[in-house]
Amino acid sequence: MSDKAHERQNPAFYALLVALIFMSVGPIALMFINSFKLDVDIIGGTGGLLFMPTIQNYETALCDILWYEPEHLRFCSLKFGGAFINSLIIALISTVLTLVIGCMAAYALVRFRFFGRDTASLTTLLVRMVPPAVLLVPVFGLWNNEFCLDRDGLIGGAIREAFGGRGDVCLAGTHSGIILIYVAMNLPFVIWILQSFIVQVPRSLEEAARVDGAGPFQVFFMVVLPLIKPGLAAAAIFTFRIAWNEYLLASALSDRDTRTVPILIVNNMSEFNVEWGVIMATGMLLAIPPIIFTLFASRQIITGMTAGAVKG
Amino acid sequence: MNRHFANRMTPYLFMAPAAFIMAIALIYPLGYMMYGSLLDWNPSQSISEAEYVGLKNYVTLFYDPFFRKSFSVTLTFAFFVVVFEMAIGVGLALLLDRNIRGMSVLRTLFILPMMIAPVVVGLMWRYMYHPTVGIFNRTLDNLGLEKVDWLGQHALMSVIIADIWQWTPFIFILSLAALQSLPQSAIEAARIDGATGWQQIWFIKLPMMMPILIVTALLRLIDAFKVLEVILVMTEGGPGQSTEILAMRISRTASEFRELGVAAAMSNYLLLMLMILTLSMFAFTRLQERRSARLAAAIQEDE
Repeated sequence: MSDKAHERQNPAFYALLVALIFMSVGPIALMFINSFKLDVDIIGGTGGLLFMPTIQNYETALCDILWYEPEHLRFCSLKFGGAFINSLIIALISTVLTLVIGCMAAYALVRFRFFGRDTASLTTLLVRMVPPAVLLVPVFGLWNNEFCLDRDGLIGGAIREAFGGRGDVCLAGTHSGIILIYVAMNLPFVIWILQSFIVQVPRSLEEAARVDGAGPFQVFFMVVLPLIKPGLAAAAIFTFRIAWNEYLLASALSDRDTRTVPILIVNNMSEFNVEWGVIMATGMLLAIPPIIFTLFASRQIITGMTAGAVKG
Repeated sequence: MNRHFANRMTPYLFMAPAAFIMAIALIYPLGYMMYGSLLDWNPSQSISEAEYVGLKNYVTLFYDPFFRKSFSVTLTFAFFVVVFEMAIGVGLALLLDRNIRGMSVLRTLFILPMMIAPVVVGLMWRYMYHPTVGIFNRTLDNLGLEKVDWLGQHALMSVIIADIWQWTPFIFILSLAALQSLPQSAIEAARIDGATGWQQIWFIKLPMMMPILIVTALLRLIDAFKVLEVILVMTEGGPGQSTEILAMRISRTASEFRELGVAAAMSNYLLLMLMILTLSMFAFTRLQERRSARLAAAIQEDE
């Protein structure tokens, strides 16, 4: 494709392209610009691009992890920094876990014929469509009641000794509780995407490694994994995106100390008189990691998207 | 012997972690929900204390005007979103399927909207739709036109527009990929026979893309039932019930009305609908594969 000369197009065509780009990026750019404006400027709305950029909104948002005290703030009410760290912990750990567990399962489903394989593969396909809202009720119930360690029990008692707390030790309100549901939610999708990449690994390579005396785990980690790196990258981005952006389940499962960024933004939208500048700054901070991924790995994202959809 | 046994165990070892996690955090909760939907259950009770009421929740919901309204809002939303996104997405793909400079940049910029958080998308659009501060009404005002009450009277439309903005690129990218994987020979042959651009699109390209387009539309339809955060941030389901989709109704029933049993029954209705859609997608791809296999066999016999 690249050695063919680019065709010349009608100028109207380029005008259309510019309009499309403007439409898709415009709202994001608008939010970016507004996050540097004072509320007076946003509401006054004079001048559009003519304003004094200020980082005051970002200072307000991040006041709990800044090393200095911003002058314009009397009191740090928005604990954005903590939420940002929670989001990072949850998203990163669940991405890594999902990938490791998912690629092992995908490999087994593609390469081995075993009892229960068809059931496993069909179940994976079916649970892929379960929306978070459907999981809300059972997960809320289970994480708060059934998945608790009795405080008088051995492990529960030890955990309570170590970390404190009054009642039973439950999954709800902990990082691991949220991570567990994210891993489970993303697994079917990751398995599905990775299958289409593993199929393409030539069998002869694996057999050669087997002949040289490698065990099944060695074959998997030394031969197969390096070959499906693009697939892993795509799967990682999609998992991270869901874990980073999810709101509903996190809001049901988290408590004050484990709140993630989306929860904080939604709470701020509804509780207060909306302070547009600060809200835009928090939104921008939430949007930045996915934007960076997109700019650097758009090729992998597109490959993953087409592999996931077209090879249904 | 030992080696043989180890080899037989390998697939199970590879599957075990995934099977375990999905069993305790997906399958078990789903079963728990099926059972919970048969109970009169509020959040302060544990499930064993709740009273068994049989199918009462399902029957109540079936005649509940609020649930019906919410169901029809969900269907309306999903229908319009999929129709518009397919039309615009496929149209753009047909238009932009040319060898032009900077196509990869264009695609990168296009996927930005669906990568950023739904919460942020909602927030952006809520700002743009704002009656006085928002950019739409400001522009209308500057042009001397009448302002539109975006998130009031036309809330459902505004929500649909925001979703179209976010997800049309998904359709665009998938149909562009489908378009570029079509065999060039068929299109070439049509061109030599003197087919115009429109004829090529209508009689060659669209029919050949159809299998992928149907799967894409079904995927998007399934995802349209999952949309929640964007609407939550933009309208919180209001005004009235005009944008209250099922997912939001479920979460309100559970947290505001404190009726977990009813919320579980509602989730089951939603799940049932999605299950039908997923199975039809599955059946469709199977059918397609079988048909192309038969065609290939027929061609070989001819030769």
